[in-house]
Amino acid sequence: MSEALTKQVSVFLENKSGRLAEVCQTLGDNGVNIRALCIADTSDFGILRMIVDAPDVAANCLREHGFSVGETSVLPVEIPDVPGGLGNVLALLHHVNVEYMYAFFTTVEGNAVVVFRVADDQVQQVIDALQANDVRILPAEDVYAL
Amino acid sequence: MIWDPYHECMDVEQRRELQAGRLRDTVARLSANVPFYREQFKQAGVRPEDITSIDVLQQLPFTVKDHLRDNYPFGLFASPLDEVVRVHASSGTTGKPTVVGYTSADIDLWSEVMARSIGCSGGTPQDILHVSYGYGLFTGGLGLHYGGERMGCTVLPMSAGNTERQLMMMKDLGSTILACTPSYALTLADVAEEIGMEPDDLCLKSGIFGAEPWSEGSRAQVERKLGLSAHDIYGLSEIIGPGVSNECEYKGAMHIFDDHFIPEIINPQTGEPVEDGQPGELVVTCITKSCLPLIRYRTRDISSLDRRPCECGRTHPKNGRITGRTDDMLIIRGVNVFPSQVEHVLLGIEEAEPHYQLVIRREGHLDVLEIQVEVSQELFSDTVRRLEEVAAKISHAIRNALNVSAEVKLVEPKTIERSLGKAVRVIDLRSEE
Repeated sequence: MSEALTKQVSVFLENKSGRLAEVCQTLGDNGVNIRALCIADTSDFGILRMIVDAPDVAANCLREHGFSVGETSVLPVEIPDVPGGLGNVLALLHHVNVEYMYAFFTTVEGNAVVVFRVADDQVQQVIDALQANDVRILPAEDVYAL
Repeated sequence: MIWDPYHECMDVEQRRELQAGRLRDTVARLSANVPFYREQFKQAGVRPEDITSIDVLQQLPFTVKDHLRDNYPFGLFASPLDEVVRVHASSGTTGKPTVVGYTSADIDLWSEVMARSIGCSGGTPQDILHVSYGYGLFTGGLGLHYGGERMGCTVLPMSAGNTERQLMMMKDLGSTILACTPSYALTLADVAEEIGMEPDDLCLKSGIFGAEPWSEGSRAQVERKLGLSAHDIYGLSEIIGPGVSNECEYKGAMHIFDDHFIPEIINPQTGEPVEDGQPGELVVTCITKSCLPLIRYRTRDISSLDRRPCECGRTHPKNGRITGRTDDMLIIRGVNVFPSQVEHVLLGIEEAEPHYQLVIRREGHLDVLEIQVEVSQELFSDTVRRLEEVAAKISHAIRNALNVSAEVKLVEPKTIERSLGKAVRVIDLRSEE
């Protein structure tokens, strides 16, 4: 199952002007397209998390540019784009510690896509809970092709 | 190899007699040739003929760096300038540099102690010695160079800089011993990694690293990344340059060639001797030099002395790794802090890299210590919580070890400057405010 999980690329950023631009420039120069992103920030540093169309290319070119880069498995979940849609899915996961989540820019067949990161030992539990309730988790190849 | 078994393995009592005679001769020459020392000895009430044993050394007054400044440039030379064949100078971070001179006998002596140092580091005449210390007024490059030639090594006078070319030459020519500052060794290791060079691509077997304080953690890194055995070397231009002491294969401390340079460890505040094994300021007396034989020179380096016999067979005492400078000592909120202590703490935390910098500033009337630590690939996590835990762990460990609180700031890899010469570990902004 884990091979099918989507790979998220994350980058350590100091809170200095121009750092985010340099990451995006580097990805652009290497033909990598960003599909979803979020930034977690503190007063001193930030963590940029991204879903891109070519995670391995992205991780390698950023490392070559001297960035500290991580690759993490995440779950992209299809959520009906209606009031209460996200709430209903989260209700299924009330027993899970969701570390963070963020949404895609685009919709898939009218549905929103939200990326969930949960602890590695809870991944299977989440997959089971969602599938039992007919909530779709997008396969990695579909996500990269979005 | 032991380069000079007769002197390096001499019976300790026999060496004490040799030292006493050499000190007597040096004091006589200084009394005759250097007005400053004539006055110093007169005030101390010591005449050359009083030196019947090396124990009299402790009755002689100290020489300090200010004495060299006051007599700048040549006032303390005991040889006339027409006998001086070389001058070196140490970087003066404040004011004038310190100028030191060598007669041809001094160059000969320096070559000998450097050959001993290379021998301590596992060197033989078959070795290819890659010298990446700077050549010029700095003593590092030429010191290693002459020592290597004296031993009969093939010497590559690379000097510092142009790192990729250094690595290419190192690989193509099969350098077996690398001599440079430990921070430049780390730079070489980093660049080798970047360009995909493996330790097996190189023929290095040992390294001779000195001229700045470094740690066991840096040693482990350099040894692993370059595939060599790293040896610490000690020296300072006022005494002769590198070659005052060097680690043998048993490491841990450096054999100080005390048939030429007599070591003492004192309490820097009181000037009183401290017991063997205890930390204090290293004081060195030159007893065989011609041009600049300084008496009881206060090096301002913090070290310790170990006189126990060494398994290598050398009978020279050993001075411990230099753990700081009496004048690098930072006083932060009244607490004495050495940058090396911070490095030691960081090495105890597995996520941390030894690339760090201390920034001290004043907020209101309070000193604030900020420790910048590079976030390596290993340290990085995609959750803020984990990164903050690491920062808190470092901060906690610093507080326990130094008794002073610090703000830990995580910074991107390679943002702290890697210098070719001495690493800049401390930025003290208090004097500018």
